Amino acid sequence: MEWETVIGLEIHVQLSTQTKIFSGASTAFGAEPNTQACAVDLALPGTLPVFNENAQRMAIMFGLAINAEIGKRAVFERKNYFYPDLPKGYQTTQLEKPVVGAGYVDITTDEGSRRVRIHHAHLEEDAGKSLHEDFHGMSGIDLNRAGTPLIEIVSEPDMRTSKEAAEYARKIHAIVTTLGICDGNMAEGSMRCDCNVSIRPKGQEEYGTRTELKNINSFRFIERAIDTEVARQIDLIEDGGKVVQETRLYDPERNETRSMRSKEDANDYRYFPCPDLLPVVVDDEYVEAIRATLPELPDARRERFISEYSLSEYDAGVLSAYRPQADYYEAVVSAAKDAKLAANWVMGELAKNLNANDTDIKASPVSAEQLGGLLQRIKDNTISGNIAKKVFEHMWSEGGSADEIIEAKGLKQVTDTGAIEKVIDEVIANSTPQVEQYKAAEPDKRGKMIGFFMGQVMKATGGKANPGAVTGLLKKKLDALCD
Amino acid sequence: MHLKSLTELAADLASGAISSVELTQGYLDRIAALDSKYNSFITTTGEIALAQAKAADQARASGAAGHYTGLPIAHKDLFCTEGVRTSCGSKMLDNFESPYDATVVAKFKAAGAVMLGKTNMDEFAMGSSNESSFYGACRNPWDTDRVPGGSSGGSAAAVAARLTPASTGSDTGGSIRQPAALCGITGIKPTYGRVSRYGMVAYASSLDQGGPMAQSAEDCALMLNVMSGFDKMDSTSSQRDVEDYSATLNDSISGLRIGVPKEYMSDDLDPQIAERVQAGIRELEKLGATVKEISLPRTRMSIPAYYIIAPAEASSNLSRFDGVRYGHRCENPQDLMDLYTRSRKEGFGAEVKRRIMVGTYALCAGYYDAYYNKAQQIRRLIQQDFLEAFNEVDLIIGPTTPHPAFKIGEKNNDPVSMYMEDIFTLSLNLAGLPGMSVPCGTVEGLPVGMQLIGNHFDEARLLNVAHQFQQVTDWHKQTPAGI
Amino acid sequence: MSLDRSDVERIAYLARLAIDEQDIPAYTENLSSILQLVDEMQAIDTTGVEPLAHPLDGEQRLRADEVSEINQREQLQKVAPATEAGLFLVPKVIE
Repeated sequence: MEWETVIGLEIHVQLSTQTKIFSGASTAFGAEPNTQACAVDLALPGTLPVFNENAQRMAIMFGLAINAEIGKRAVFERKNYFYPDLPKGYQTTQLEKPVVGAGYVDITTDEGSRRVRIHHAHLEEDAGKSLHEDFHGMSGIDLNRAGTPLIEIVSEPDMRTSKEAAEYARKIHAIVTTLGICDGNMAEGSMRCDCNVSIRPKGQEEYGTRTELKNINSFRFIERAIDTEVARQIDLIEDGGKVVQETRLYDPERNETRSMRSKEDANDYRYFPCPDLLPVVVDDEYVEAIRATLPELPDARRERFISEYSLSEYDAGVLSAYRPQADYYEAVVSAAKDAKLAANWVMGELAKNLNANDTDIKASPVSAEQLGGLLQRIKDNTISGNIAKKVFEHMWSEGGSADEIIEAKGLKQVTDTGAIEKVIDEVIANSTPQVEQYKAAEPDKRGKMIGFFMGQVMKATGGKANPGAVTGLLKKKLDALCD
Repeated sequence: MHLKSLTELAADLASGAISSVELTQGYLDRIAALDSKYNSFITTTGEIALAQAKAADQARASGAAGHYTGLPIAHKDLFCTEGVRTSCGSKMLDNFESPYDATVVAKFKAAGAVMLGKTNMDEFAMGSSNESSFYGACRNPWDTDRVPGGSSGGSAAAVAARLTPASTGSDTGGSIRQPAALCGITGIKPTYGRVSRYGMVAYASSLDQGGPMAQSAEDCALMLNVMSGFDKMDSTSSQRDVEDYSATLNDSISGLRIGVPKEYMSDDLDPQIAERVQAGIRELEKLGATVKEISLPRTRMSIPAYYIIAPAEASSNLSRFDGVRYGHRCENPQDLMDLYTRSRKEGFGAEVKRRIMVGTYALCAGYYDAYYNKAQQIRRLIQQDFLEAFNEVDLIIGPTTPHPAFKIGEKNNDPVSMYMEDIFTLSLNLAGLPGMSVPCGTVEGLPVGMQLIGNHFDEARLLNVAHQFQQVTDWHKQTPAGI
Repeated sequence: MSLDRSDVERIAYLARLAIDEQDIPAYTENLSSILQLVDEMQAIDTTGVEPLAHPLDGEQRLRADEVSEINQREQLQKVAPATEAGLFLVPKVIE
């Protein structure tokens, strides 16, 4: 039986406003519990919501970026249910009349391109947090997060592979970070993905029963969770069972999905328009004014990186996906005047160090200007690529400009051919066995043996000899001995 | 002293005939001596009152007195008062000392008012007799075997017994006007959005309005001047400018076009009440008004529409009472479900539970269209009836209630029969229109009221007409025997 | 519209209200009579009528995105039934 996978994603994006969606309390991350939960957030009797202009603006920006219809008369509704992290006993959200209507994003994987349609995106408020550490058998509730504005982005079930799903999620991440409406920190919960997964026999039009995989917060886990779940569903059906519509949690340690003890058994959310809020009306002028402020979107930026900097599709894709990184990259290009070299370093050495130290590029200890300065010294042959890596390490841990470090540590590259020749002569003199081997080898095998001599020369010069110059001279001298 | 109106007391304070401290002490003594007969106060705030009175006298001495400086006020226990119990007539909030002031309370404070205490009310403002209060029934000072009306029964009784010259009330389906009528005092429900709802615990958000209850239109105007105005904490608060309601009280009403709905004066109406209201209308004719019969065809529909919309909104508004962040919590909750169900069962009375259940049902999937949506459509038709009538007339007049005060316990077993008492008042809340009740006579010794209904934001005209009426009649000056 | 026992039990569950066994009949009767009253609405033709959600057609006002609330945890938690380490305590929440 050939199976087709059908995937839809619901992505919750925390908007990076200063204050909550309906109150003037701060949304800053990391505060002490309940120090950012005002009377409105705690749902004290008599409190009322007032709508944050910036949340509206950010939602519209997103809508424009996905080519969607903007809802000119959006209505907030109440979704009623009881849970300790939901102070009012209802979540204020949008249902029939969301702020953003149907749109799309285009994605490309190694399987090809696809347009993923987005059904709509709506504004809603986030709930608080339950802390499951034991307080004498009780749980602790922190409502700092309650009321943080979210947009929930609901895709159509257009994706057919886990890779597409992950790529779609990356695309959304790229858009919201580029727009500056979300900090994109998935570890902190700024973006959370729910995956709706079902399977059906290839060729069948009717959808199979779907399960919902909740709260996945990494692209890698999205792929793995979907793969696991699809395998489970296939096994289940092929064994004669039926897929139950339910919510499941992905366990990354065991790489399996588990049914969640449903907190919404037989729940009826009893949606109705919130009487404390009026319809949010926007006119074309307002929307166009926002459109004029849109930054260059990831797709456009990627295209420009390809055409302007002659980067490969892959490199351009990586560098343009996350706005802080794209901005950093272009600043480096501006300083170093070499797009390819900049790309290699930003995606190579810099990325390596950022990942190893769990640091976001926004907090990079090496600034774009510093890196740019370093690359300039490679280009003008002051130092070799290898030495540059050493300089970079110093920059990372101790700071300073490339010039300062090169000076202080005496790392200037040796390019003086006379000096190099002297060293080469010494090395040859001290390496008789290897020289004999070289002379005895076939000419086409000699290239590989240069490495040893290179190593010796570099050792003798403390790594400072210009490799290009050394290679040329070494070959010349060694070959001269072979005649 | 206690027989003086707010306006007269203001003059006495201004002339120095009495100090606010003396005045305040006088009322506090009256409350202590007499309120056991009526049970109109849930909490008296003697210490706070005297401190405020002292400060008011000082302000007056230094020339900084305003219109309300040093005058007493009682607040319906629905309004949040900082540091003072705010019970909403319910066991659920018996232990709740509000951490903040409602906007209405803050406005009175800022105007120099002296708070005597918090008045009794139907639980969470749901009721027309004050019998559902956790603190026991409130008794009508005109006949203590009878109800004062509700839900602002305590406020009405306290003013009728002159335990306070004035009190705030709230009106969702008649809760200011009906008790004002049954207790022979004057009360006005302003246009929806005229008075801030921030800090006035929500019953039905799209129907609730706070308003004054006092001895005369003149007094109500004084109070409404303090209470009205845009509040940025309330999204449904009107940004329209507030007139000086006292300034137009003496305008001539010659040429005023009065409409009397034939549905209000039908054969079903108690003929004695009909007669009192007609007599009242004749007084206005003598002052130059003209009268014509109009029709409000959907009057009867206001009952089912209200008894769906109000409970529906209430069922959602009361979900926040869950024993988690404030209010009643049951002992030793076994688990989350137990915490919720038992705290709410213990905290809420029967009528509140009934309305929560009706409201919950009406919003359920499958019933939403037939109930909630249908009711909102009928609501628009009811509003249309009024707006069409206001094309022909300036003011609409009818009885406030179909009967005078009934006996305590008489309607307890039949909620529907209780709901019928609201037939004349409900439609104004549905339409958002302002309405006022003025005493216009007695039936078998019990007061009855005449209701004046105006177009949106026509409070000034209502107060003007009522004031003119009260210049040529003295029903509003009558007090129960012994007061 | 008449309700039966199971309707009342389900509604009570959704509304998180515990109803005593002996009170169920009374609630069922009361709710049924209220709903019968409300059924009168069906007699009115409302085809094409726009529901009136807010009595005065208004548009939502927007608030500037500026922090206006300070930390008032102590003051606001004075009224809480159970707190510890700044958290509100509830019976264990099982996910």
